[in-house]
Amino acid sequence: MDKFEKLTGVAAPMPLVNIDTDMIIPKQFLKTIKRSGLGKNLFDEMRYDDNGNEREDFVLNQPAYRHAEIIVAGDNFGCGSSREHAPWALLDFGIRCVISTSFADIFFNNCFKNGILPVVLPQEAIDELMEDARKGSNARITVDLESQTVTSSDGNTFHFEVDPFKKHCLLNGLDDIGLTLEKASAIDTFEAKAETLRPWV
Amino acid sequence: MSAPRTLYDKIWDDHVVQQDPDGTCLLYIDRHLVHEVTSPQAFEGLRMTGRTVRAPEKTIAVPDHNVPTTPGREGHIENEESRIQVEALDKNAKDFGVVYYPVSDIRQGIVHIIGPEQGWTLPGMTVVCGDSHTATHGAFGALAHGIGTSEVEHVLATQTLIQKKSKNMKVEITGSLRPGVTAKDITLSVIGATGTAGGTGHVIEYCGQAIRELSMEGRMTVCNMAIEGGARAGLIAPDEKTFEYVKGRPHAPKGAKWEAAMAYWQTLFSDEGAHFDKVITLKGEDIAPVVTWGTSPEDVLPITGEVPAPESFHGGKVEAAKRSLDYMGLKPGTKLTDIKIDTVFIGSCTNGRIEDLRAAAAVLKGKKIAPGMRAMVVPGSGLVREQAEQEGLAQIFIDAGFEWRLAGCSMCLAMNPDQLSPGERCAATSNRNFEGRQGRGGRTHLMSPAMAAAAAVTGHLTDVRELMGEEA
Repeated sequence: MDKFEKLTGVAAPMPLVNIDTDMIIPKQFLKTIKRSGLGKNLFDEMRYDDNGNEREDFVLNQPAYRHAEIIVAGDNFGCGSSREHAPWALLDFGIRCVISTSFADIFFNNCFKNGILPVVLPQEAIDELMEDARKGSNARITVDLESQTVTSSDGNTFHFEVDPFKKHCLLNGLDDIGLTLEKASAIDTFEAKAETLRPWV
Repeated sequence: MSAPRTLYDKIWDDHVVQQDPDGTCLLYIDRHLVHEVTSPQAFEGLRMTGRTVRAPEKTIAVPDHNVPTTPGREGHIENEESRIQVEALDKNAKDFGVVYYPVSDIRQGIVHIIGPEQGWTLPGMTVVCGDSHTATHGAFGALAHGIGTSEVEHVLATQTLIQKKSKNMKVEITGSLRPGVTAKDITLSVIGATGTAGGTGHVIEYCGQAIRELSMEGRMTVCNMAIEGGARAGLIAPDEKTFEYVKGRPHAPKGAKWEAAMAYWQTLFSDEGAHFDKVITLKGEDIAPVVTWGTSPEDVLPITGEVPAPESFHGGKVEAAKRSLDYMGLKPGTKLTDIKIDTVFIGSCTNGRIEDLRAAAAVLKGKKIAPGMRAMVVPGSGLVREQAEQEGLAQIFIDAGFEWRLAGCSMCLAMNPDQLSPGERCAATSNRNFEGRQGRGGRTHLMSPAMAAAAAVTGHLTDVRELMGEEA
């Protein structure tokens, strides 16, 4: 997993609420057995018409946002299915950070496993950052994980909260399976105890 | 004595392997269910790092999302990508030695139907699967939730998950349901009341008389859609109905182990005075048969209602409702019962169990589907299908004009040949009405099996109580 330390980039405004994982990556692209290559189908049904041509009015098709690295989104981003293909598609397109008032739990977790930082900020901050994002490619937003801040192009800074363990893993690009395997003896002990307490499991 | 604990607190406490000072826990997983869509990258990850599956006997795999539901499907999946995914699961199950129900096995079916059916799901367990509808298993008083593929790999390798505890939320349904109202109407009405983010960060415990009065099938329907209300998991405390359902299942405990399990299971309830961070109460008598009108499961209204005006909402929902109505091809003020239906889909992990088929068949008995209607029933497992045939339900569906399919996820998510065409409008017993969910441009109205059967007969959204005669 790539580290996430600090990012300054173009932010695409997506004010729609409840952007679900079926919108982020429709089901026909879940048939892959790989993690890569999903970027071209990110937001597929919003991004392309029935003939596969780009819809001009979709934000990521506009010249200013074709290389966006951040999305500023409406409430409850990533609701729906547990498909990790959603963060894989975002990452493959080049998105490393999504900022919203709220995220669905499973999507939120999945982001951290893939080097994407989901940032939760209050509505007032989202309103300001959404305006900033609408200014196009000259308005670059900075996201700094170490200091837990988002800074708008005008220099307004917003502090965000992040779980210390998730922050540590993201800053260092850590594989948490490796970390857990170091605790194998604790798992052995738990299994032995559970075998006595709940032998039917 | 410790402070009063909720059911969630109790299951959680019994599965903590290790807790860090910041509250991050290593949680032990008792059952890991696996399907073909969210697992290939996880197994590949194990291969690349030389890791193995820690507890293959606790890992149960089945193909369901991609499989066609028409005869002759064994080894003959036409779509190449679908075939590769199913073949990858065949190979991974064999290479890593996990429990497996291939397409050729009569026990094959939707992962959330066969877990309980085979007795893999038991009260007090932790159950995970790379699928958000894992919440279904919470109906047994098991802590069950969906995980992403990275977490699937983590559970395969370590039989644990790194987690922080969620908050406790109580959803109480008081009193009894009226005739024609079902578990699906409860779960949709709760989402209508809380919104799709109402349960975010919480584990829901459903309780109250109306929940107690539900069968295990009904309870699974309620918990199944906890995720649509934003909650990762939904729980119902086990009771005699739960034990009765579990007893004698192939992988349920037997003999002395059964006695020991019963003693433990009877401690699985929320203590008097246990703290809930959020409480929602609905009166069972107030719940009507409902349908969805939009493209979010929170867009729920009683069937007696009208399509709402976007302006009646607030904030970002105004734009979202406009977009929904445009996608759904609906105008504000239209009576819901005036909406014409092209297709009916009965099935899915929400409503693909025997009781669901009985409810739909009760409405359809002696009736025909409307002219031009396309209607299909997809049993949730091979065994549900077999039972429905033995009970004569299959014949009722066939006589009414329904297609009688083989088990799978089918049209719930259109990863297989069962799909809607652009503009096609479907009465569906599944769980998501998202744009494109059942096929690009497809329009989904969610409802109970009885309501879907009623729509199949009349050709439009229908209040099932009108077809029920005297007893309603």
